[in-house]
Amino acid sequence: MIADLLETSIIISVLAATVRIATPILLAALGEMIAERSGVYNMGLEGTMLMGAFTAYIGAYYTGSLWLGVVIAMITGGLMSLIFAFMVITLKVEQIVTGLALNLLGSGLSIFWLRAAFANAGQTPTTPFFDTVPLPLLSDIPFLGPILFDQKILTYVAFLLVPATWYFLFRTRYGLELRCVGENPKALDIKGLNVAARQYAAVVFGGLMAGLGGAFLTVGSAARFVPEMTNGRGWLAIVIVIAGLWRPVPVLLATLVFSFLDALQLQIQGIGVAIPYQLLLAMPYVCAILALAIRRSHSGAPAMLGIPYWRR
Amino acid sequence: MTTTSATPRLAVRHLTKRFGALIANDDVSLTIAPGELHCLLGENGAGKSTFSACLYGLLQPEAGEIEIDGVTAELTSPAKAIASGIGMVHQHFVLVPSFTVLENIVVGTGSGLRLDMTAARGRILDLSRQFGLEIAPDRLVADLSVGEKQWVEIVKALYLGARLLILDEPTAVLTPQESERLFAIIQQLKASGIAVILISHKMNEVMRSDRVSVLRKGRLVGTVTTKDVTRDDLTMMMVGRPVAQVHARSKPGAGETALSFTGVSLAKGGRTHLKNVTLDLAAGEIIGIAGVAGNGQDELLEAVAGLVRPDSGSIHLRGEDIGALSVHDIARRGVGYVPSDRFRDGLVSDFSIAENLILGQHWDERWRSGPFLDETATRRSAEQAIASYSVMASGPDMLCGRLSGGNAQKVILAREFAKARHLLLCNQPTRGVDIGVIEFVHGELLRKREEGCAILLVSEELEDIFALSDRIAVMFRGEILGIFPRHEADIARIGPLMAGHAHGAAA
Repeated sequence: MIADLLETSIIISVLAATVRIATPILLAALGEMIAERSGVYNMGLEGTMLMGAFTAYIGAYYTGSLWLGVVIAMITGGLMSLIFAFMVITLKVEQIVTGLALNLLGSGLSIFWLRAAFANAGQTPTTPFFDTVPLPLLSDIPFLGPILFDQKILTYVAFLLVPATWYFLFRTRYGLELRCVGENPKALDIKGLNVAARQYAAVVFGGLMAGLGGAFLTVGSAARFVPEMTNGRGWLAIVIVIAGLWRPVPVLLATLVFSFLDALQLQIQGIGVAIPYQLLLAMPYVCAILALAIRRSHSGAPAMLGIPYWRR
Repeated sequence: MTTTSATPRLAVRHLTKRFGALIANDDVSLTIAPGELHCLLGENGAGKSTFSACLYGLLQPEAGEIEIDGVTAELTSPAKAIASGIGMVHQHFVLVPSFTVLENIVVGTGSGLRLDMTAARGRILDLSRQFGLEIAPDRLVADLSVGEKQWVEIVKALYLGARLLILDEPTAVLTPQESERLFAIIQQLKASGIAVILISHKMNEVMRSDRVSVLRKGRLVGTVTTKDVTRDDLTMMMVGRPVAQVHARSKPGAGETALSFTGVSLAKGGRTHLKNVTLDLAAGEIIGIAGVAGNGQDELLEAVAGLVRPDSGSIHLRGEDIGALSVHDIARRGVGYVPSDRFRDGLVSDFSIAENLILGQHWDERWRSGPFLDETATRRSAEQAIASYSVMASGPDMLCGRLSGGNAQKVILAREFAKARHLLLCNQPTRGVDIGVIEFVHGELLRKREEGCAILLVSEELEDIFALSDRIAVMFRGEILGIFPRHEADIARIGPLMAGHAHGAAA
C-alpha cells in the first residue's frame, strides 16, 4: 500500500494539498514575521486566526458575498491586533501574557457568537466557498501545473506575499526602518522618527494577515465554522517564523515542510495504511519541536524581540 | 569663523529642568560660536547629560529658551533638534550591529519608498573624506572596532546635517591613539564652522577646548576661556573646593596576616587565569595589583569572594581555609567585594538604593523584624548612607538604574565597606568616575585601612595603585611577576612587568 504513494497522480495530489494547506499558515507566518521584525511577538495569532475564520464565515453567511466575508475577517484580525498593539506598545504590558489573553478571547468569543447566531450549534449552515482558479497556460504545465497553478486566489496571494515582503524588508526605506526598530529602536528614535507608529503598523499588518489566513479556513475550504478549527495553525505559524529565521524565503520553505507532512498524513490515512492516525496527525508538531530544538540559538532574531521600548 | 561670528550658533538662556524634587539644570545660560569647541565639565550628576538631552529634544525643560543661529527653537523632539541642525553622539553607541555602516547611517533618512543607496554612499564617502573619518560603508557594524564605531556615530550626525555637534564623553571607550584621531577630526569640524560641545571630565581633553562651561549640582558655575585657566582652577570650579592630591597616611601596620594565597592556580576554558599565586596580606595593609586588564586580576578577587574555585592551592582568611565556604559564608566573615562591572555584578538596576544597600545581607537582624523586612530600618540606614557617601539622588527609593556611574559606585561602596570588617576586595573602584569621586574613594579606602581592614586593590589606573598601595604586585597572565614596597616601585620597574618582561628582556 505504501507503494501507492509513489504513483504520479497521488504525488500530484499530495503536493497540491501541500500548497493548499500551506496557504493559511503562510499568510499568518508572513504577517507574524513582519510584526516580530518590529520587536513585537504576537502570541495571540491562534485566537486572531480563529476570529478571522469565524467572522469570514458569519460575514459570508449574512451578506452572501465571499469577498465581503474575507474583508470582514481582515478587519476583525486588524482590530484584534490593534487591541494587542495598544496593550503591548502603548501600555507596555508583557507581550506573551497579552497574546495568551487574546487567544482566550478569540476562542471564547467565536464559540459564544456561534451559539448566539445559530440555535443548533452542532448543525450550523454551510456557506459557499471559493473555487480554484486555474491560471491560463500555466496550469497546463505537466506535473507543476496542477500543483501550483490550479489553486484558489488566496493561495496565489499568499505565495506572492513572499517576494513582496522580501522586497519590502530589504529594498525599501520603510523595511529598513522596520528592521531597525526590531534591532535597536533607539537608533530610530534619536533620528526623530516614531518607533511606536512603526510597531503599530507592523502588528496590525500581522493581524490583517492572520485574519486573511483564518478566512481561508472557512470560506476558502471548509465552508463552515467549527469551534477551535484553527487547530494549532496559529502556533505553528509562530514556530515557522523562528524556524524560518525571520526571512520570507526560509519562512516559505518551513511552511511547505510542515504542510507537506500534514498533506502526507491525510493521504496515508485516506489510503488506509495501518499506522495509528494520531501518530500521523502529530507529525507536523513533532517536526516543529525538532525544528525549535535544532535552531536553539535565536540567531537571526530581532535583538529587541519581546522587549518594550522605553526612551531613557 | 565667517560672517556669522556675530550671531552665536547656540544661545541658551535660563534653562531649568527638574525631575521631581531634583533640579538637574538650574537657570543655565551659555552661548557657543560657530567653529567653537566648547567643553561641558562637571562631576557625575552635575547636569551635563540633562543639559544635552534638553538640547537634543529628548527632554523638555521647564523654563528657558534656546536659540540656534539667532532663531528661537522649540526643541520638543529629536526631529525638531535635527531640523535645527543639532547632532548628537551619545555616550553609548546607538548602532544596529547586524546592519552595515551604510544602513546604520541611512536608516530613518531619505524620502520615497525605495532606498537610494548609491546616492547615500556617495554623500557618506564625501563626508568621511572631508573630515578625515575612515569608514567602510559596506562593513557590518558588529565587525568594527570601538574607534570605528565612534566614527560611524559622527558621520551619522553629520549626514543628518548637524551644524552643532554634541559629543557625550566620546573618549570614554577609546584608546589614547583613537582619542588623538578624534581631536584631529574635531579640528576638521571646527574648520568648516561646525560648533562642537564636548562633554568630558578628563582634564587633558578639557584643556584642548576653546572655552569651558563648568556645571556643579545643576548650576552653571561659570564659562571661561580655556587658555586663561589652569587645570587646578577648573577642578576647583567643578568640585567647589581644592582637591587634596596627597593623603596623609600612617606607616603600614605590621598587623597579623588577614589573607594568604598559597600556590593558587586556576584554568578555565583552556586559559590560565591564575598561576601558582602566593601572597600574604596583613591587616591594615593595601596591596595594589597592577596589570593590563584580563591578566587574572578579576579571578584573583573572585577566588577570595568564593565566586570561582581554584584548581589547586589554598586561600586562608585570618587563618581559616575558605576553600570550601560559600560566597555567603565568606561575606559573613567580614569580606566586602566591589566588582569591576558595577551594573552587571554590583547592583540590581531595577531595585531602589535602599534595597541595593541591603542586597545579600537582608537576612541580617538590623533590617529584619521577625520574618519581614524592616522598612523603617532599611530606609534609615539608606538615608544615612546617602548622606555620608554624598550620593546625588532624590532619596532611598530612587532606582539604582537611574544613578550616574559615580553615584552607583558610591552605593556599592557604602554597602561593601560596611560589610568589610576584615578584608575588602576592590576591583576598579574609580573606573569611569570623576575627580571628586576618585578623591572620595581614595579617602574612604585609606580610612578603611586605618581601621585595620586589609585591602586587595585592582585598578587599571596606575594613579590609584601608586596613591594607595603599601605594596604593589604586578600580574601578567595569571602570575605575580613581582611585588614591591611602594617606595621601591616606579613606572620604570612596573611597566615592563605589566607587559610580561620579567627581567627587562622579551619574555
